[in-house]
Amino acid sequence: MTGSAVTVGALAAVTAQLVLVVGGAPLLAGLMRQVRARLEGRVGAGVGQPWRDLRKQLGKEAIRPDGSSWVFTAAPRVLLASTLLIAAVAPFLSTVSPLDGVADLFAVVALLLLGTVALAVAGLDTGTAFGGMGASREITVAALAEPTILLAGFALSARVGSSNLAALVEGMLTAPGQVLSPASLLAAVAFAVVVVAETGRLPVDNPATHLELTMIHEAMVLEYAGRDLALVELASALRLTVLLGLGANLFLPWGVATTASPLPLLGAAMLFAVKVVAFGAALAAFEVFMAKWRLFRVPELLAGSFLFGLLAVSASFFLA
Amino acid sequence: MNLIAAGLGVVVAGAAAGAATGALAPARARPLATGLLTTTVGLGGVLAGAAALAGQAWSMTVPGILPLGAATLAVDPLSGAFLLLIGAVTVAAGVYSVGYTGPGGRHATDDDAAAGAAAAPGAEPAGQRAVDAGTGHVEAAASRTAQAVLPLFVATMLLVPAAASVSTLLVLWELMALTSLVLVLAEHRLRRSVRDAGLWYGAMTHAGAVAILLGLVVFAAAAGGESFAALRAGAADLSRGTRSLVFVLIFAGFGSKAGMVPLHVWLPRAHPEAPSHVSALMSAAMVNLGLYGLIRVGFDLLGGGPRWWGLLVLAVGGLSALYGVLQASVATDLKRLLGYSTTENVGLMLIGVGAAGVFAAEGNRALAGLLMAAAVLHAVNHAAFKTLLFLGAGSVLRATGLRDLDRLGGLAARMPITTALVAFGALAAAALPPGNGFVSEWLLLQGLIHSLTGTGPPTVVVAVSMPLAVGVVALTAGLGVATFVKAFGVGFLARPRSAPAAVAVESPPSMRAGMALAAAACLGLALAPVAAAAPLARVLQVMPTVRDGAPLADSGVRLQLVGIAGSMSPLLIAIGLLVGTAATAALARWAGRGLPRRVAPVWGCGGTRLDSRMEYTATSFAEPLTRVFDDVLRPEQDVVVTPYTESRYLIESVRFRHRVPDRLEARLYPPLLGAAARWGRWSRPVANGSVHRYLAYGFVGMLAVLVVVRLSG
Amino acid sequence: MSVLGKIVRTGRVAEPAPPAPGVGAGRGCDSSPAAPLASSVQLRHVDAGSCNGCELEIASAFGPVYDAERYGLRLVASPRHADALLVTGPVTRNMADPLRATYEATPRPKRVVAVGDCARNCGVFAGGYGVEGAVSDVVPVDVEVPGCPPAPHVLIAALRGLTGR
Repeated sequence: MTGSAVTVGALAAVTAQLVLVVGGAPLLAGLMRQVRARLEGRVGAGVGQPWRDLRKQLGKEAIRPDGSSWVFTAAPRVLLASTLLIAAVAPFLSTVSPLDGVADLFAVVALLLLGTVALAVAGLDTGTAFGGMGASREITVAALAEPTILLAGFALSARVGSSNLAALVEGMLTAPGQVLSPASLLAAVAFAVVVVAETGRLPVDNPATHLELTMIHEAMVLEYAGRDLALVELASALRLTVLLGLGANLFLPWGVATTASPLPLLGAAMLFAVKVVAFGAALAAFEVFMAKWRLFRVPELLAGSFLFGLLAVSASFFLA
Repeated sequence: MNLIAAGLGVVVAGAAAGAATGALAPARARPLATGLLTTTVGLGGVLAGAAALAGQAWSMTVPGILPLGAATLAVDPLSGAFLLLIGAVTVAAGVYSVGYTGPGGRHATDDDAAAGAAAAPGAEPAGQRAVDAGTGHVEAAASRTAQAVLPLFVATMLLVPAAASVSTLLVLWELMALTSLVLVLAEHRLRRSVRDAGLWYGAMTHAGAVAILLGLVVFAAAAGGESFAALRAGAADLSRGTRSLVFVLIFAGFGSKAGMVPLHVWLPRAHPEAPSHVSALMSAAMVNLGLYGLIRVGFDLLGGGPRWWGLLVLAVGGLSALYGVLQASVATDLKRLLGYSTTENVGLMLIGVGAAGVFAAEGNRALAGLLMAAAVLHAVNHAAFKTLLFLGAGSVLRATGLRDLDRLGGLAARMPITTALVAFGALAAAALPPGNGFVSEWLLLQGLIHSLTGTGPPTVVVAVSMPLAVGVVALTAGLGVATFVKAFGVGFLARPRSAPAAVAVESPPSMRAGMALAAAACLGLALAPVAAAAPLARVLQVMPTVRDGAPLADSGVRLQLVGIAGSMSPLLIAIGLLVGTAATAALARWAGRGLPRRVAPVWGCGGTRLDSRMEYTATSFAEPLTRVFDDVLRPEQDVVVTPYTESRYLIESVRFRHRVPDRLEARLYPPLLGAAARWGRWSRPVANGSVHRYLAYGFVGMLAVLVVVRLSG
Repeated sequence: MSVLGKIVRTGRVAEPAPPAPGVGAGRGCDSSPAAPLASSVQLRHVDAGSCNGCELEIASAFGPVYDAERYGLRLVASPRHADALLVTGPVTRNMADPLRATYEATPRPKRVVAVGDCARNCGVFAGGYGVEGAVSDVVPVDVEVPGCPPAPHVLIAALRGLTGR
C-alpha cells in the first residue's frame, strides 16, 4: 500500500468512526432508557425514540430569552463541536489515525471541560435563578472531577510513557495482562465515577427529573428550545457515548484495529458497539438501584474517586 | 548596530521624555503624550527582548554611577524573555492608558461605598460616581505625579532583567518598588482602602527587598565579587550551607514579589486598588520578575542545587496555586479575583520551576528542560491573558464604577467588544483550549506525568511528590475554570444587576486597542506556541544543570516534545473547533428550515415579574464551592434580626452578612505585626531625642565596624 | 438485592397496548398534528386550578401499567422543551396569566390539550368567583379530553392522536 492510500484509508476510518458515534449516540441513550423501562416493568418508547425526538426538535422554532446574548446561541454549537472533535480524534476503531497526536488524553479532558463551560456560561446568560443554579452546580462537580480524571490518565500513561490515546490503547493491547493490574483496576474505578459525574447520571444527577431544585445539568438547559435543544441533547448523548467509548478502549482495548484496512475496521466497529452497549446497559441497570444523592454528598464521592486515582498512580509505581 | 543596545536606549530615552512630559505637559495633553511615550518604552523593551531571544548578546558597564561602584548591564536570552514579556505588556498598557486616564470615566470612590456596604466588606464595595469631565476634575490616575511616574516604573521594570551586578539589581529593584508604590497610591484620595493597600505593599515589598539584599550580599561576600560573572565563577566554591542560605533568602525575597503564599497578602490588596493599567503592569509583568530573580540566582548564578531546593519551591508553588485559586473562586471583587488568580498562576510557574529543580538535581535534563520551558512559557502566557483581563476589568470599572461582580451583568449587549475580548482572556485563564493558558499547562502536566517513566526507576520522593503535584495542578485547573466562568458569566452576561451596569457604554478606541493588542498576543501564543521552541531552547542554555537543547520540536502545526512521547496540536484543535462549530451551526440552520429565532420573555415558571435581583450572583455561584472547602476557607457569616421595640415577635429587619476572609492573612500576620509593635514599644526608650545619645550610638557603631573589619581582614 | 428479586418476580406490568387510534383521533381536535410532532410529543403539565383528580390520572397514565412513554410521550420540566401543554382544571384568576405565559414560552408548532371536564367547560366550578373560564377562553385548545377525571386510557388515547403511534 502506498502512503497516500494509507492516509485515505485512515481518513475513511475517521469518517466511519464519526458516523458510527454520531449515529449511535442517540440509540445508546434510547437503549439505556429502554433498559430502565424494562427493569421497571414498563414497555418503553423504543431504542429509536431519541432520534425521533431530535428530528422533531430540529424542525421546531428556537427561542432566545430576553436579555441573553450571543453566548446563549453559540453555546450549544461549541458544546457539540468540542464533543465531535473528541469523537474524531479518539482511537475508537483504529490506533492508526491521521488525527492521532492532535489531542492527547489531557486535551480530550480539556475539550470535555470546554463543553461543560460553554453550557454553564449559557445557563448564566439566561439570567434565571435556575440557569445560574445549574451552572454553579455543574461547574462545582466538573471542577472536582477534573483531578480524578487527570490522575486516572496519569496512572495509565505512566506505564506507557505517553499520554497519546493511541499509544495508551496500543500499550494495553501489547501487554494484555495489564488489564487486571491493580493500577488499571483502580484507575478504572476512578474513571467510572467521573463518567457518572460528568454525564449527569444517578446518583450525582437525575437525567429524568422534573423538579428544578434538584437539577444539575437539566437546570442549565431549561431555556433551550427547538433546534438549539436538539443540539444540546445530541451533544449530551454524544458525551456519554464518547466517555463510555474511551473507558471501553482504554481499559478493555480488545478488538481495536491496529491498521486502517476495511476488514479489521469492521470488526473493530462491531466490537466497539458491543462494548459501549454493554457498558451503557450496565450503567442504566445500576441506576435502577440508586437514588439521587444530596448535592453536598457528591464531593465526598468525587474525593473518594480522587483517592482511587492517587492509589492507581502509586500502584503503577510501587507494584510495577 | 546592536539591537539590544538600541532597544534599551529607547527605553531610557522614552522614560526620561515620558517623565518630563508627565510632569510638565498640560492636563489635557497628558494622557495622550505619556501614554504614547510609555508605549515607546515598551516597544524598546520588545525590540531588546526579541533581539536577545534571537541570539544577540550585549553588556555594558557604566563606571561611577552608583555609590558602591559601576552599574553593570548585560542581556542574555533569559533576560530577553522577560524583556520581551514586560515590553509587550507595557505596549498594551500604554496604549490603553491613553483612554483610561482620559476624561469621561467613572471611578470607584468611597462616597457611596457606604451605600453598598451590604456587599462583602472583604471585597471593598466599589461605589460609583459620575465624574464630570467639564468641571476640570482631574482624574487621580491622570494626575501629574501618576503620569510622570508611569514611564519611570516601566523603564525600571525593563532594566531589572538587564542588571548584571548585585548593586545594579538592587538599586533598580528598589526604584521599581518605589515607583510602583507611588502608582498604587494614585487614587488614595478616592478610597480609604488604597492607603491600606499601599501600606501593605510598601511593607511587604521592602521586607522582600531586605531578604534579597541579605541573600545577595552573603553570596557576593562568599564569592568574592558582586558582578554576576564573579558570582557565577565563585558559586562552585561556596560551602553547602552558604549556598542553601543564599537560596532560601532569595527565594523568600523574590517570592514575596511574585506573590507566593504566604507572602501574597499585599497582592490581592494592591493590585485591585491601583489604576487598572498599573494593575495590569504589576500583575502581568512585575510579579514575573520574582520568577526571573529565582531562576537567575537559583539556576544560573548558583548553578542549581540539591533536590530539596526543588521540593521546597514545588511545595510552595503547589500551596500558592491551590490557595490562590480557592480564594479567587470565592472572590466577588473582579480585580481582587484577578489578583488571587495571579497568585495561582505564579504557583503553577513555581511548580514547574521546582519540579525542574528536582529533576535537574537528579540529572534528568530532558524533564528539567521541559518543565522549565513550561514555567517560562506559562509566565509569558499568563502575562498575555492577565494583561487582557485587568485591562478588561478596567474598562468595566471605567464604564460603571463597579468592581463588585454581584452588581455587574448585562455588559455583553452594552460593551460588546470588551465582552468578546474578555471572553477570550477568560478562556485562556481557565486553561481551556483554544486559549494560550492551556498550552503551558499541558506542557507542565506532560513534564509531571513523565516523571515516573524517565531513564531509570524514579526515586520514592519523586514517586510521591509528582502525583500530588499532578493532583494539585488538576484541581487548580478545575477551580480556575469555576473562577472564570463566574467572572465572565456573572460579570458580563445576563441582565444588569444594578443601575450603573445598566447604563454602561463601550470604552474609547484606545482602550479597546490596548485590549485587542493583548488579545492578539494571546491568540498568537495559543495557535503557534511552536514558534517559541527555539527561543525557549536559548533561554534554557543559560542554566547549566538544565539541558541544552530544545524541549519542543519545531514540527509545523504539532507541539512535539523532544525525548518524550507526547504531542498535541493547539492549532488543529482550534481549527477543529471552528470547523465543528460552523458545521453544527449550518446544520442546525438547514434543519430549522429557516424558522427565525424568537426572542421571548425569560421563562419564570409562570411568574411574570422576574427581575435582576432574582439572578444568580457571584456569591451564590460560589456558594457550593465555599461549602465544599469550608474547612480551608472558613467563611464568616452572621445574621442580625432586629425586632420592633413593641414586640420581639415582629421583625423589623433581617441583615445577613457573608464574607470569606483571607485566612492565612488573618492567622499569620496579626501575631507578627503584634510582635513588631511590641518590639517597637520596648525599644522606644533607646531613641529619646537626646542628640548626645545619638552621637554616642554613632561612635559605638563606628568602632564596632572598625573592629569587625580589622578582625576579618 | 431485594430490588433485584422484586424486578425478577414482578416482570412486566404494562398492559398490552390497545390498537393505535390513528392520526388526529383526539376528540375536538381541529387540526391533524403537523409532521414534526409525529412519533414524539413532549408535554408540559399546567395545573390551572384543578382539584388534583386529573393529576392523579395523569400520574397513573405515565406509570408502569398504562406506560404512556411507549407511545413517544414524555413529561418535561420546561415549556421550552414541550410540544404540547397538558392543562387541567378551570382556569382560576391567579393562574390565567401564568397559563398565558406558559403558552407564550412554548416553541411553535405547539398544541394545547385540555384535560378533564373542568378544563373543557369549568365543570362544577362554572360561575365560581375565582374562575376566569375554561382553558379555551384563555389559550387556543387543540384537543379536549372529557371525564371527571378522565380515565388514563381515555387520556392516553387522546394523546396518541398527537403522536400518531
